[in-house]
Amino acid sequence: MSEIEVKDVTMCYGKHCALENISITIEPDKIYGLLGKNGAGKTTLLNLITNKLFPSSGEITVDGEGVRENDNALEKIYYMTEKDYCPENMRVKEVFRWTKEFYPNFSIEYATELCKKFDLNQNKKLKELSTGYGTIAKLITSLASNSPIIIFDEPVLGLDATHRDLFYKELLVNYMEHPKTIILSTHIIEEIAKILERVIIIKDRNVLINDDTENLLKSAYCVSGLAENIDRYISGKKCINIEHMASYKSATIYEKITDADRDNAKSLNLEFSKVELQNMFIYLTSTGGMNQ
Amino acid sequence: MNLDFNSEVPIYLQLAQSVEDNILKGVFQEETQIPSTTEVSVSYKINPATVAKGFNILVDEGIIYKRRGIGMFVCKGAKNKLLEKRRTSFYENYIESLVAEAKKLDIGIDEIIEMLERSREK
Repeated sequence: MSEIEVKDVTMCYGKHCALENISITIEPDKIYGLLGKNGAGKTTLLNLITNKLFPSSGEITVDGEGVRENDNALEKIYYMTEKDYCPENMRVKEVFRWTKEFYPNFSIEYATELCKKFDLNQNKKLKELSTGYGTIAKLITSLASNSPIIIFDEPVLGLDATHRDLFYKELLVNYMEHPKTIILSTHIIEEIAKILERVIIIKDRNVLINDDTENLLKSAYCVSGLAENIDRYISGKKCINIEHMASYKSATIYEKITDADRDNAKSLNLEFSKVELQNMFIYLTSTGGMNQ
Repeated sequence: MNLDFNSEVPIYLQLAQSVEDNILKGVFQEETQIPSTTEVSVSYKINPATVAKGFNILVDEGIIYKRRGIGMFVCKGAKNKLLEKRRTSFYENYIESLVAEAKKLDIGIDEIIEMLERSREK
């Protein structure tokens, strides 16, 4: 059970600020999705949490202990980065052995079992692996670390559909057998939406959303029908997207549906449908999305 | 189990409904075990908390119960309970949508009744 707290953190590179006054609590033993457009600051946030970067101001703690140069706190987090840090001449099994030096809970046995499932030859050198297998080697190392917090930055880069499926399933098995805090930072939202218990969306250097996935999805809905009736329906409502095709219009409203809305829609002959997490993300993070 | 992730209904409710359907169809018999949270979570790639939420609804309604360390089982009398519940919601779930669709197609109530008569003959 490990909890991460980010308190009032600002990160600036010279005059450019990547994150501004961010405060979030990442609750223990839940699966989080960290979403944001390219360059939104996701990796910066993860690098700050794992002490690869020092914040310009603010503090980050794991179970109440500051992460700054604190091995005790950092040992609780395994961070799978997009970049490769191991020497390319290293063999996969050597990566496992070395990881165990730094993460005492690492299980060589479990890593070996996963290698069989993913069909990864442990005797291969890292440089001999394809992009997909390079990712697989990193995924296996992360899962086998048995850390109370595992962070995956772009975990499915270069993986084919079969391997992505296998990863999601192994991740869930691992999570249920040994509950832990998992953060998945990815652009492949559709595939992981059902796996996420909570969602964090970063936009414009700030945390826009930190909510239960289900709650977030309930906070918006789609309504469609005759264009002029839609126009009448949405006036005064917080509309975050409109699709217009001939005399048909569909609008996404960032509000909960009330009984009055249902009656109104019925009299205007409009239909409701749900919003997918991926579309919700697109609407909320598109330029001006919230202000339309 | 039949789950449609594009439906407007939240996944945990779909899950509860699907278990109910399988009990009504006799796939899950009374006093026998239903799939575990782990099995459902992994095979449909759904967060286990969502699965547990769906199962808990059925536990609260007395449809399934937990045997510690073993798993979830169908309660005795669950099928009758479900039949009663589904009958009560039959009007809301089927008749109302039937009338709405008929309205869209300009089919009158008399015509619907006639169709129902015809379906009985089959």
